[in-house]
Amino acid sequence: MLRASDLECVRGDRCLFRGIDLELAPGQCLHIAGDNGAGKTSLLRIVAGLLMPTRGSVQWKGRDIARAREEFGADLAFVGHLNGSKDDLTVLENVRFEAALRGAEAGEDAALDALDCMGLLDFADLAVRQLSQGQRRRVALARLCHPVPAALWILDEPFNALDARTVATLNRLIEARLAGGGMVLLTAHQMIPLPAATRRIELQFRAAQ
Amino acid sequence: MTGALWAVIRRDLLLALRQRGDVLNVLLFFVVVITMLPLGVGPEMGTLRLIGAGWVWVAALLASIVSLARLFAQDYADGALEQLMLSGQPATAIVVGKILAHWLVTGAPITLAAIPIAVMFDLGFERAATLVAALALGTPALSLIGAIGAALTLGLRGGGVLVTLLVLPLTAPVLIFGAAAVEATAGGLSPAPDFLFLGGLSLGAAALAPWAIATALRISLE
Repeated sequence: MLRASDLECVRGDRCLFRGIDLELAPGQCLHIAGDNGAGKTSLLRIVAGLLMPTRGSVQWKGRDIARAREEFGADLAFVGHLNGSKDDLTVLENVRFEAALRGAEAGEDAALDALDCMGLLDFADLAVRQLSQGQRRRVALARLCHPVPAALWILDEPFNALDARTVATLNRLIEARLAGGGMVLLTAHQMIPLPAATRRIELQFRAAQ
Repeated sequence: MTGALWAVIRRDLLLALRQRGDVLNVLLFFVVVITMLPLGVGPEMGTLRLIGAGWVWVAALLASIVSLARLFAQDYADGALEQLMLSGQPATAIVVGKILAHWLVTGAPITLAAIPIAVMFDLGFERAATLVAALALGTPALSLIGAIGAALTLGLRGGGVLVTLLVLPLTAPVLIFGAAAVEATAGGLSPAPDFLFLGGLSLGAAALAPWAIATALRISLE
C-alpha cells in the first residue's frame, strides 16, 4: 500500500504543486497527467524517494520511505527518463547485472526470458550503444519482466520512443501486474489505452509567483 | 548485500575493461607528470634521489584526482546511479563496491608503476620498497576521500576544478606521511610510524567516507 500525503514541491522559486494526496492499493493503477513542466516527473521522483518533498511524506506499507529505503527499494521497479543501462555493456550483461544487484537469481535463462518478453532476444549480445532509442527503452523496460516482479512500478513516460507492438506488450505487462496484485504509477503523454481501472490525477501548470 | 557488492565490482571492472583507454590515460598522466621532474629541476641524480619519492606522491595525488571524473559521472548521466540507489541494497555497499573497483583500476596500477619509476630515480631497494608500500597503504585513502568530492560535485558546472580544490587539501595528510615514510628510510629510521598513520588514514576513510558519499550522492540526485 502506497500513501502520499500533502506533498508539496518547490523547485527554485516556483511551486510545482501543493497539497497532493495519493493512495495506491494492490491492483490499482494511477495515471498522472498534466502539461509539460507541471511537475509530473518531480512527483514521480518524490514518490520513488529520489527527491525530497518540500512538505509532506510518502509511506510504503505504513513506513516513511525515507526511513525504510532498502525495504522500499526492494519492492520497487523504477523506469525514469534516463534508461539506466550502460552503453558499454551488452544487453544481456545489463539485464543480468540488474538482477544480480537486486539479489535475484541471476541465471542466464531468467535474463533471456526477460529479453524475449521485450523482443530483444536477437540483440542480447550487442552493446547497448549500438541500439536505437526505442530498443534502449526496451532494455530499461526489461526490468519489468522478471520472474518475480516488483510490487510497485513507477514508470515515467514508459511509452516514449516505443513502437506499436512494444506499446501493446507493455500494456499487457501492466495489466498482468495489476491482476497479480501489483501497483503501477505512471505518466504518459500519448493517448495510450491504459487498463480500464486506471485512475487519473491532473497536475496544473503553475507559473512562478 | 555482499551479492550486490560483488555485482557492482564486477560491473565496474568490466566497464573499465571496455573503456581501457580512459584507464590507461590516468596511468599515462601519472608517468608523464613524473617525467616532467627531471626536465624541471635538471637530471642531477643526487637531487632526483632526494625529491623523487615526494614527487611520485604528488603525481599519484594528481592522477587520483584526474581519475575521479570516471567514478560517478557516467552513472549519473545515464541514470544507472538512480537505479543503484533504488535497488533496495544499502547505498554504502554500492559505494564501497564502486570505490574498490576504482582503486583496482587506478590506485593499484599507480602503485605498481612506482616500481620502474623508483628505478628511474635510482632510489635504491629500501627506499623503493618503502615508496611502493606507502603507496599501497595510502592510495585507498586517496580514492575514498576523492570520492566524497566527486559525489558532492556531481552534475555541477565546472565540477572538475571544484573537486580539485575540495579534495587536494583533504589529502594533504596522505601526502605528508607518504613522503615522510620514504624520507625516514633514507635517513636510516624505521618508516613504521608513517605506515601506521597511512594505514590509519585509509581505515578511517573506509569507515566514514562511504556514509558521507552515499549521502552526497542522494543530494546530487535531487
